[in-house]
Amino acid sequence: MTPAWTIPSAFAGALLVLLLPARMAGLSRVIALASAILGAVAAGSSCLARLGAPDAPVWSLDRPWIPAFGIRFHLAADGLSLALILLTGIVAIAGVLFSWNVEKRPRAFFAFFLTIIGGVYGVFLSRDGFLLFVFYEIVILPKYMLIAIWGSTRKEYGAMKLTMYSIGASALILVGLATAFAASGGTSFDLAHLAAASYPPALQAWAFPVLFLGFAVLAGMWPFHTWAPTGHVAAPTAASMLLAGVVMKLGAYGALCVAMPLFPQGFDQWRPVIAALAVIGILHGALTALSQKDLKFVIGYSSVSHMGFILLGLAAATHWGLRGAMLQMISHGIIAGLLFGIAGRVVYERTHTRDLAALKDFDLWKTLPGAALGFTLATAASMGLPGFSGFVAEVSVVIGLWQAWPWLVLAVALGIILTGAFSLRALHKAFFPARNATDPAPRALPALSWPEVSAIALLILVSAAIGIYPKPWVLLIDDGLRSPLFQSILTKP
Amino acid sequence: MTLPFFILFPLLGAVLLAFRRGAGAQGSGRFAMIWAAAALAWAGMLSTSAEVWSLPWIPDAGIELRFRMDGISFLFVVLTGLVTLIALAASSLSRKGDRAYFALILVLESALFGVFTARHFIPWFLCWEMTLIPAWLLIRLWGGAGASKAALRFFIMTLGGSAFMLVGFLALQLAVGTMDFDALGKLAAERVIAESLAKAFAFTGASGHTLLTLVALSVFLGLAVKLPVVPFHAWLPAAYAEAPTPVTMLLTGLLSKMGVYGLLRIFLPVFPEVLPSLAPLLSWLAVATVLLGAVAALAQTDLKRLLAYSSVNHLGYCALAVAAVAAVQTDRAAMSSAIAGTILQAFNHGIIASALFFGIGVLENRSRGQRGLNDFGGLRARTPVFCGLFGVAVFASLGLPGLSGFIGEFLIFNGTFALTPAAASVSVIGLLLTAVFLLRAIRKVFSGPLKPSLAKWADLSPAERGVFGVAILLIVVPGLWPQSLLHFANPGIVQLLDLLSPIP
Repeated sequence: MTPAWTIPSAFAGALLVLLLPARMAGLSRVIALASAILGAVAAGSSCLARLGAPDAPVWSLDRPWIPAFGIRFHLAADGLSLALILLTGIVAIAGVLFSWNVEKRPRAFFAFFLTIIGGVYGVFLSRDGFLLFVFYEIVILPKYMLIAIWGSTRKEYGAMKLTMYSIGASALILVGLATAFAASGGTSFDLAHLAAASYPPALQAWAFPVLFLGFAVLAGMWPFHTWAPTGHVAAPTAASMLLAGVVMKLGAYGALCVAMPLFPQGFDQWRPVIAALAVIGILHGALTALSQKDLKFVIGYSSVSHMGFILLGLAAATHWGLRGAMLQMISHGIIAGLLFGIAGRVVYERTHTRDLAALKDFDLWKTLPGAALGFTLATAASMGLPGFSGFVAEVSVVIGLWQAWPWLVLAVALGIILTGAFSLRALHKAFFPARNATDPAPRALPALSWPEVSAIALLILVSAAIGIYPKPWVLLIDDGLRSPLFQSILTKP
Repeated sequence: MTLPFFILFPLLGAVLLAFRRGAGAQGSGRFAMIWAAAALAWAGMLSTSAEVWSLPWIPDAGIELRFRMDGISFLFVVLTGLVTLIALAASSLSRKGDRAYFALILVLESALFGVFTARHFIPWFLCWEMTLIPAWLLIRLWGGAGASKAALRFFIMTLGGSAFMLVGFLALQLAVGTMDFDALGKLAAERVIAESLAKAFAFTGASGHTLLTLVALSVFLGLAVKLPVVPFHAWLPAAYAEAPTPVTMLLTGLLSKMGVYGLLRIFLPVFPEVLPSLAPLLSWLAVATVLLGAVAALAQTDLKRLLAYSSVNHLGYCALAVAAVAAVQTDRAAMSSAIAGTILQAFNHGIIASALFFGIGVLENRSRGQRGLNDFGGLRARTPVFCGLFGVAVFASLGLPGLSGFIGEFLIFNGTFALTPAAASVSVIGLLLTAVFLLRAIRKVFSGPLKPSLAKWADLSPAERGVFGVAILLIVVPGLWPQSLLHFANPGIVQLLDLLSPIP
């Protein structure tokens, strides 16, 4: 199966779900699961095929679309794209499983869900700037609908804030792309063509930050991150998983594969600023997470902190740095999905609270041992313990950073310590509370259902697999990083 | 050869309708629809290879009735055919109008065909003014409670603008001896109009540049009222709100496009000599239009007024693109993007606005004329099909990719960011606000608990589904395949670019 299956599998699934008659609404989750599995299998088999034949030409699909402006329907899948679509497929499956018992308008829910998935696949595979922008925009409105209709805690505020940030960010991306299009002769939107053109340094000095910021907003770069915690908390579980797991990666991916290769000199000028903001994001996110009362807010801010590592790896602009950034994208995609899934679905569905103080009364490690075990492992992975994907990623970023700015490693070390602190605090308060003998006995809670168990198991296994044997992912990433696109931005091999 | 017959064809229908004494409202509506469908079919078969038809009228003044059909005209003519047909269908479905009403709509269609094909000022202006009377009557006689005042304001402002335009073109006639758009375009490309004006009006002592600027401004004024550009929009909200909803479709779908068409095909090619000095003014007026339209829409509680201001906002992007092209006449890639965006935005806005107002019509029909933002709620449960179709139209208006609203705005911003970055950047705020008021509108109407008064509502009837479905199809196809429209526009865009920035 080629990567070509991924996008249509999601969109066809969405359409099919929409067309279901009302009395068969229950079938929508089955269709959604089938469509997510189809996408993931297509992505996975493409990854295997690439690993088996690393020297073969990459898969691509190139058709004229709007010839008047040199716009083409151009998809291609190098190692970077393949790794990210596989991540998308895995998170999609877990997202459907965690949403198995959505009762409110399931057809519309899964249709929006699958539309986002299709848009995300599209962005990761696009090789034409216009096409990438189209897919990027497709993701925005379903996000709004998912949060505004199925969300909780201040859902309309969270949804609108996220939408405003997204639209504002896409306007910046549009400015950047339009500038590159006009300055490169106005004949083509092809990313390779745009990257091959040479732009005057003065133009790069302002066009780079505009384009980069457009993507970085979605990647949760401090101080443009505030949409993330509110949006994540307001969103229904599957949407938080998608948002933190893959949609934020769209921003990081765009920064890496569009903004940086297009304006390499501008990037070189702005690298220190990006690094500084990334470090602030890591520390600020971690410190804020440390003082949160709502379990989902803890995870929301931890995402900001973890995304800081990605931006830091990008700013380092060494081979290790970029590789680490990519590994962190994948690792965080899995782990954030897992944390949100357990906190938002498994726990909240049963306790109807996410307040750390209130959770004390449930004594979760006794009443819900499966969730406690899953969250413990997820926390370990999130803290960057060896054996999980977070470790591999963060170590790579730190090596890359060491090559670029050794002193910054100190700040990052502080960030890692803080991550440990807030993760353990939340884990402890939510799942292993200190209770007195006089406290009333906790209420019994329904055990985990099979979709929940399988989603948790899937994500933990993937994270552990990357942590124990990262080689296939590293090979895929290195395959992508060999592209001529990145040679102009690498400061060290 | 067939062009004049085509233009007069809807008028013939109106005349026939006028003689069908016995025909009731239903019969007249059906007749008008069949006639308009035939006109649309004819439009579809017209050749787009710049076919010219002309008839000397007052030969010693160089005045001739000259019409030409090329790709850009073709798009506007087809849009006219489509929107007229949708408006007629909407009228029939809501049992609006009688024999005179349907006849007037056909008269309007003829006049619009003329506006979009005339290549000489005199026949163009004739058709331009001819749109005014049926539109005025349609608002005045079939409109809501405040229709008389709204119609009068609409009439006076448009007429005032036209008067300035007429004076401007008369001055050109005196100076260079022609009012033929193509001849004027050629003279302008040679940059000799200002000189001739200075000679002809030597007694004023003003320089050619000043005189031409005044002429250009007076022509702009006439076009700006129609578009409308802030601050010449004062007639619009009341007229849009008071007109019967199908007529609002015609106003926003077609009459506003006369302004866009005029800016693109008359204003730009005739006045390149003074465009750079006018451009900043035009740019900031366009920015004001975009922002004011959006902010005003944000404050509305009447759905029809909300959509009226939303139209102001959407057409403001067209004005923005025209101003950007006027500002920098050297960057052909960006100019071509801005011009193509303007044409697509005009076409697609016409269809999307028709679909949206059709939706408002559905709400009005079922609620006996209610259309407040807070009059509805929870309708999704009762009318899922209506909710779905209306939702698609709203998303198209928001600019969701894959639907037609996206591509026009993309090309406009793609062009204007390169040409006039400051104005383009400020206008982006308009995009943000559009999302706020449109998303809020659909949430209020369709989500939340179902209002008890709406509990007996029926979903769309098969006929309503048919009309709405066709409109949605016309939104989806150009959204996925913009080339289907661009294909027609491209030769005209290249011609316009050649006039504005000749290849050295």
